[in-house]
Amino acid sequence: MYKIEAILQPSRLDAVKDALLEAGIEGMTILEARGHGRQKGHTEFYRGREYTVDLLPKIKLETVVQDELVEKAVSAISNAARTGKIGDGKIFLTKVDEAIRIRNDERGPTAL
Amino acid sequence: MSASSLSRRLLLLPCAALCCLPFAHALAQTTAAPAAITEARIAKLEAAAAAAQSGADNTWMLVSAALVLMMTGPGLALFYSGLVRRKNVLATMMQSFSMMAIITVLWALVSYSLAFDSGSAFIGGLHHVFLRGVGLSPDPDYAATLPLQTYMIYQLMFAIITPALITGAFAERMKFSAMCVFMVLWSLVVYSPMAHMVWGKGGLLNASLGGRFPTLDFAGGTVVHVTSGVSALVCALYLGKRVGYPREPMMPHSVVLSLVGACMLWVGWFGFNAGSALSSGPLATSAFVNTHFGAAAAAIAWGAAEWIRNGKPSALGAISGAVAGLVAITPAAGYVQPMGALAIGLIAGFFCYAMVVFVKNLFGYDDSLDAFGVHGAGGTLGAILTGIFASSAINPIFKDAKGAVLPSGAIEGNWHQVGNQAVGVAIAWALSIVGTLVLLKLVDLVIGLRVSADDEAEGLDISQHGEEGYDFAS
Repeated sequence: MYKIEAILQPSRLDAVKDALLEAGIEGMTILEARGHGRQKGHTEFYRGREYTVDLLPKIKLETVVQDELVEKAVSAISNAARTGKIGDGKIFLTKVDEAIRIRNDERGPTAL
Repeated sequence: MSASSLSRRLLLLPCAALCCLPFAHALAQTTAAPAAITEARIAKLEAAAAAAQSGADNTWMLVSAALVLMMTGPGLALFYSGLVRRKNVLATMMQSFSMMAIITVLWALVSYSLAFDSGSAFIGGLHHVFLRGVGLSPDPDYAATLPLQTYMIYQLMFAIITPALITGAFAERMKFSAMCVFMVLWSLVVYSPMAHMVWGKGGLLNASLGGRFPTLDFAGGTVVHVTSGVSALVCALYLGKRVGYPREPMMPHSVVLSLVGACMLWVGWFGFNAGSALSSGPLATSAFVNTHFGAAAAAIAWGAAEWIRNGKPSALGAISGAVAGLVAITPAAGYVQPMGALAIGLIAGFFCYAMVVFVKNLFGYDDSLDAFGVHGAGGTLGAILTGIFASSAINPIFKDAKGAVLPSGAIEGNWHQVGNQAVGVAIAWALSIVGTLVLLKLVDLVIGLRVSADDEAEGLDISQHGEEGYDFAS
């Protein structure tokens, strides 16, 4: 099992969600986040004072998938999230040792 | 005045015609004592006409009083609280809201008397403490058609919003306890005397009751905006900057709240300015129109200045401009022509923008929410421009001994009025600077003005009130 963490442009969330469902991935968790990578922020003016906003609103998507679905999921996310511009985000993969369904203590990939 | 007598005459026309019928009938029956009957009937009709006039005026004035209260809460509370950081949203609202309670009690006990009792040229006497003698019959010196209590409650709403405006200067760093004490003292030492000088019987600057320097201040340009704005500057300088200003970003946490609040201020200002006609006649209409025009022109001016300088017109800029225009048109509302109102708004929008953007940053004081830049600067500008644009066709306030109308403002050749306006402004500045400085020092010694650095970092919501504006967990 792998945990997929993807940092996305908020405007791409719907497309990514649809692509993941199409790829057969049914569960996911969405977090509203702020951050930046190489992309620099923008400038805001409030009554003549200039503020540089370098932490931009992002969406963090988390999902854990079986080994054989990882590549499918990664390509679904990156294809749907890509605009080609700087700031499109990142995908991180981590190995997951165990998954437990709270309702019935089911373990392993079937608990996903 | 002319408005009420005109409408009274209009009312009397059909009444007089109706009167003639029974009169003719009575004449045919008997010629004995017809005069007495007619006299009685005319007196009855006059009383009915006066009651109708009073009813119309009183309706508008009670609505106006409610509108002006709405300017403080929620209008100003929303406008200001949107501009602070999230951790101070409730404390900022409380600073406005608490004035609605504290100043009201103070007004009933003593400060109404200090403002509107006849006294010296500078402050009212104590005959009306505990509202003694303030009943439901009119006081013709103030408003001949209104129950005196209507006048009293309407004026109270001005006394509430004025200190609330100052809170913008020391937002995010003043102790709530110190603020309450300071505002009570300020209301007694600065507001009541200034209101007395401009509007009270025998006041030094009162234009309609024969003051020494007749200053045109229709709805409180000097009394409300110059005093609050200049006192705000003194507060900002005395308290010092917020921790981290200007190094750390202190962005408004919700311009949405501010925009809603600004719109309520705009609407409430109709009560503030058009209500200051103290009647429901044409003068109220004139002030209503001018108020609206001033706000609109200034919103465009501020927005345009930002568009030119930053490439984008911001929502905060547009609403700040509207408020600046409303401030500047306040003293002029019942004296100028609509085109004069547009001009005043336009000038005020650019002027206040420059004060907030250039002058504040030049001197580096932390007038957190620009109470001085908008109210002090806009109020001063508006007071002077009133002396220029005042038109005797709108409000024939100056008359010679024979009752002939004299020119009002500089556009009619009365340049002298600009000087009188300057006197009014200078007195308001002086009283505000000295009064505020002394009171701040006093409260600082006894209570201490600022919260601790830790409390400031935690936010005033938790440190002063033990609650939070937004709880995202529940």
